Amino acid sequence: MDVRAQLSMVFHLDKCLGCHTCSVACKNVWTDRRGAEYMWWNNVETKPGTGFPTQWEDQDAYRGGWERTGDSLQLRSTGRARVVANIFHHPHLPTIDDYYEPWTYEYERLFTAPQQDDQPTARPISLITGKPMVPEAGPNWDDDLGGSPVYAEHDPNLAALTEIERRELFAIERLVFFYLPRTCNHCLNPACVAACPSGAIYKRGEDGIVLIDQSRCRGWRSCVAACPYKKSFYNWASGKSEKCILCFPRIESGQAPACFHACPGRVRYLGVLLYDADRIRPAASANAGSLVDAQRSMLLDPFDPAVIAEAARCGIAPSTLDAARRSPVDRFVRQWKLALPLHPEFRTVPMLFYVPPLSPSVAHDGEARVSVKYLTSLFGGGDEAPVRYALRKEAAVRASRRAATVGDVDRATVDRLLSDAECSDAEADAIYRMTTLATAGDRFVVPPTFREQAVEMLHEGGR
Amino acid sequence: MTESIVSPDVLLFVALPYVAVALFVAGTLERLVKHPESMTSRSSQFLENRQHFWAMVPFHYGILVVLAGHLVALAMPGAILGWNASAMRLYALEGTGLAFGFLAVLGLTAAIVRRASVATVRVTTTPLDWIVLGALLAQIASGVAVAIAYSWGSSWFAAARLRPDVAAIAALPLAVKAHVVGAFLLVGIFPFSRLVHVVNVPTPYLWRRPQVVRWYRRRPVSLEK
Repeated sequence: MDVRAQLSMVFHLDKCLGCHTCSVACKNVWTDRRGAEYMWWNNVETKPGTGFPTQWEDQDAYRGGWERTGDSLQLRSTGRARVVANIFHHPHLPTIDDYYEPWTYEYERLFTAPQQDDQPTARPISLITGKPMVPEAGPNWDDDLGGSPVYAEHDPNLAALTEIERRELFAIERLVFFYLPRTCNHCLNPACVAACPSGAIYKRGEDGIVLIDQSRCRGWRSCVAACPYKKSFYNWASGKSEKCILCFPRIESGQAPACFHACPGRVRYLGVLLYDADRIRPAASANAGSLVDAQRSMLLDPFDPAVIAEAARCGIAPSTLDAARRSPVDRFVRQWKLALPLHPEFRTVPMLFYVPPLSPSVAHDGEARVSVKYLTSLFGGGDEAPVRYALRKEAAVRASRRAATVGDVDRATVDRLLSDAECSDAEADAIYRMTTLATAGDRFVVPPTFREQAVEMLHEGGR
Repeated sequence: MTESIVSPDVLLFVALPYVAVALFVAGTLERLVKHPESMTSRSSQFLENRQHFWAMVPFHYGILVVLAGHLVALAMPGAILGWNASAMRLYALEGTGLAFGFLAVLGLTAAIVRRASVATVRVTTTPLDWIVLGALLAQIASGVAVAIAYSWGSSWFAAARLRPDVAAIAALPLAVKAHVVGAFLLVGIFPFSRLVHVVNVPTPYLWRRPQVVRWYRRRPVSLEK
């Protein structure tokens, strides 16, 4: 057993109100530079919708992630031989048009325009060329357009639905959508790392944060093509690639990342997950229907004395183990089985988990209005069971709170729902508290980084 | 003969080569050591994809084969002279070189047209980029011209040595002289331009492990298997 600690995330989709405060916090801190204007290390998408970059989930077009052929896992976009063959032109690279051309407005004109008959205007100006332009796409261009025939209907996940189910999803007055906040997943089997010809991308051993070493990056852009979530971005001005750094300077000083800290809906949870690194490969190459289970089975119980002993042997600090025991992510993912990985079929073993949205629910019967097939396409990797399990438990917790606060659900119904969801009263109460009452200290459990060693971490340092 | 030591020929064919090679070696090493992060091609494929393919692929394959031919001739002049002893083989070698030379000219022309015509790509182009592109075009064009007009070029090139001989150069046609001067100018510009991306050969990728993990604290030895 090779015990490692991963700083992991949970986003609770039932609580996300789509305000984009996370995106703006991130943009203001990290990507308001030349060449980075178009990047959104953190973005929030309307689902069903086409997302950012447009239709990023369509891997037949983008070729991101891994594919399993027989016993071996291969990157879809590149490989050893193909790096050489495609050295002068990457065949699967998204272009700026797949994102959008960034722009600003000529605000100064509002003040400097000479006296004239008409009101002065602030025309849109390209942030690349500096010339006037007509914006035709932008970040969140399809924001809230859940029923749009132009955007939502081209969501790649709709392929999993039948024609009738699709029509139901888009029916007037029954139309439904929700928000999907996305950042780098800091995967256990990152495609970006495996694709980098320079070996510039690495995973930090101590906390699992995936970083691009800017002094080693040579701008091959293989990571951009390989990441199935399209969360590695090419800076066209510096000629190098960049990605979410999970605000590691904040993490190293015990603070939550900017997007976590800014979230008004308190959607985000951050904490340590312990896992067995010997089982990364089996989890990444599991059968299509059992990807969620395989990923869960590699997670280790930080309360188990055997795991604690093994963790000590593997050099996990006692303070990290303590953080793992207080980790909200460990609860949501391993203990409660409420949070699921996004598109596990990409086989990168992502370490950002989502509590699927129950709302808007129709009734207390656990059936969500968002088709389970649709949610399975996002979070199930082809297996409905873990998605249904999570939705049942969310509905049971909701019913038990309804019984306690409104009183229009009888105890027998609550007990039936809870037992169907394999959820005890104590667990339901804990879920309710972590979902609605948790303070910042409960939601963000950042393990100490040992400041005396943080200086070394800033240098290129160890291997 | 009382010819001045600093005749134009001496400047161009003795001084320039030494200065250029010195700049090339010192400049490239300095940049590699002090600014390794700057050794990128600053690719513009992200801003424009389609023309990029039709410019970059023919140009790079063309120039690589032609450059490789020049290097072989420099390294093994005897072999080239021997090969060229037969007229048929001389024509085969010159013909192959010419074909790849044309490929490079076409690709480079497409690259220049692309840089000039696509607004987003144009803004990522520095004045030095334009100089390098112009110099490269002149260089490849003069090379192609030499290959067409003087098809014994490969034999002459192979006969050159590390001993600069101004008298031997003086007798050569203007196009050949221009090609020699251009080559050393490009060698001299190399470390200060985008051309440095040539040193990025992704060889470690071919044998490294797929995943890279950096530890900042040493892990216990017992984990090593």
